[in-house]
Amino acid sequence: MTKKNLIPFTGDQAVAYAMKQIDPDVVAAYPITPQTEIVMNFSNYVANGQVSTEMIPVESEHSAMSACVGAAAAGARTMTATSANGLALMWEIVYIAASTRLPIVMPVVNRALSGPINIHCDHSDTMGCRDSGWIHIYCENAQEVYENTILAIRIAEHKKILLPVMVCQDGFITSHAVEGLELFDDKKVKDFIGEYKIENPLLDVDHPVTYGPLDLQDYYFEHKRQQGEAMKAALTAIPEVLKKFEKTFGRKYDFIETYKLDDAEIAIVAMSSTAGTVKFVVDELRQKGVKAGLLRPRIFRPFPKEKLITALKNVKAVAVLDRSESFSAEGGPLYTDIKAALYDSGIRPLISNYIYGLGGRDIFPADINKVYVDLQDILKTGKVKTPLNYLGSRE
Amino acid sequence: MENKKSWKEIPIGGKIIEAGNAAKYNTGSWRTFRPEKNDKKCINCLFCWIYCPDSSIKVEDDKMAGFDYEHCKGCGICASICPVKCIDMKKEIQ
Repeated sequence: MTKKNLIPFTGDQAVAYAMKQIDPDVVAAYPITPQTEIVMNFSNYVANGQVSTEMIPVESEHSAMSACVGAAAAGARTMTATSANGLALMWEIVYIAASTRLPIVMPVVNRALSGPINIHCDHSDTMGCRDSGWIHIYCENAQEVYENTILAIRIAEHKKILLPVMVCQDGFITSHAVEGLELFDDKKVKDFIGEYKIENPLLDVDHPVTYGPLDLQDYYFEHKRQQGEAMKAALTAIPEVLKKFEKTFGRKYDFIETYKLDDAEIAIVAMSSTAGTVKFVVDELRQKGVKAGLLRPRIFRPFPKEKLITALKNVKAVAVLDRSESFSAEGGPLYTDIKAALYDSGIRPLISNYIYGLGGRDIFPADINKVYVDLQDILKTGKVKTPLNYLGSRE
Repeated sequence: MENKKSWKEIPIGGKIIEAGNAAKYNTGSWRTFRPEKNDKKCINCLFCWIYCPDSSIKVEDDKMAGFDYEHCKGCGICASICPVKCIDMKKEIQ
């Protein structure tokens, strides 16, 4: 057994350290709880001369993303980071970054969107911009946050993709809890990410180019089509990056993670840190002979439909956990997406939705256990009595 | 729309990678009023040429030589600025 050299890092420190190793050309960011420690720690690296990054301390998130768009178009590898209301203030430019096809990487520390004002974790911030054209990666723990931040650079800059990437972690739960992290060698990281080269950079004065012109009825639609096709292409291009990642760092990842799902009769679908709690409960249930499993989507956009269908094909009852309320009166965003994916496949497990953990409401093993008890009941009766549930909300 | 390019043939992200290609974009069809010149009054001061926001005043041998109707949007700035009022804005007849 090889001895592991673990470094105590929070999720935020993990991001800052990954950014140090990436050493982006430009970082434009504004601090916001619970992302603040990312900007704070990375600013230290800048002040200490440990990176060559041009750090732009802007006056708002709208300016942060605007500066990122300008820098990325100029030909710089560009990063920022934000949370919740900061992301909301960026909104306009978040869409422009994606539609201008700029491979900006943005760690997002998930936090509830106001109002009422709240600083704790839920996914309402990033779920709100799931249609913005960004690739969305959701991380379970600080180790994954670290690795996905590095991975995201290559995904964003892949020639067939060229889309910005959000790397999401749970506010406070992951961002502020200390874990033991295995860190990669600086050189390996450098080799993996390679050099940043984009076609038609603004600073190539010998070949003048216009970014962001008016685009009306005659071509706007084609540009949107290109974005849609790039997202589809990402489904086949991301595995190339994952393979290279595995080859470099010895870490194997996929769009989804399954836990004891192969022979499971009942399963929970959950993203981010909650998946860890679910695994704990699955282990307990397995000891009692309950065939329980977990499916965790890691990449949410593009939506890995085929992978999800294959993973769920033998499961009889499924509960999808959403850490955000989409107010469609039909359930959360992950739930409706998974239901839509299953429709075409003809695989129709009994399916229900649990909205949970809004505004940082804790999710305990007992809550997860309750969901599995419900699933056992659904399995027995063959009926979903309440498709839409609010887990942990007082009745 | 028949001669327009498909999504596979155009640069991504709405970029324009050919410098100065605005000349290929015909904006003359936007016009509601067209400028017309009264040659007798014109003193060839070329104020219209200086002020035209679309470079649509033609000049030959230092003289005002008419309008580029392919690109003139009919804003009327030339008529407004003309010191001898030799440009009239006339309604386009469809």
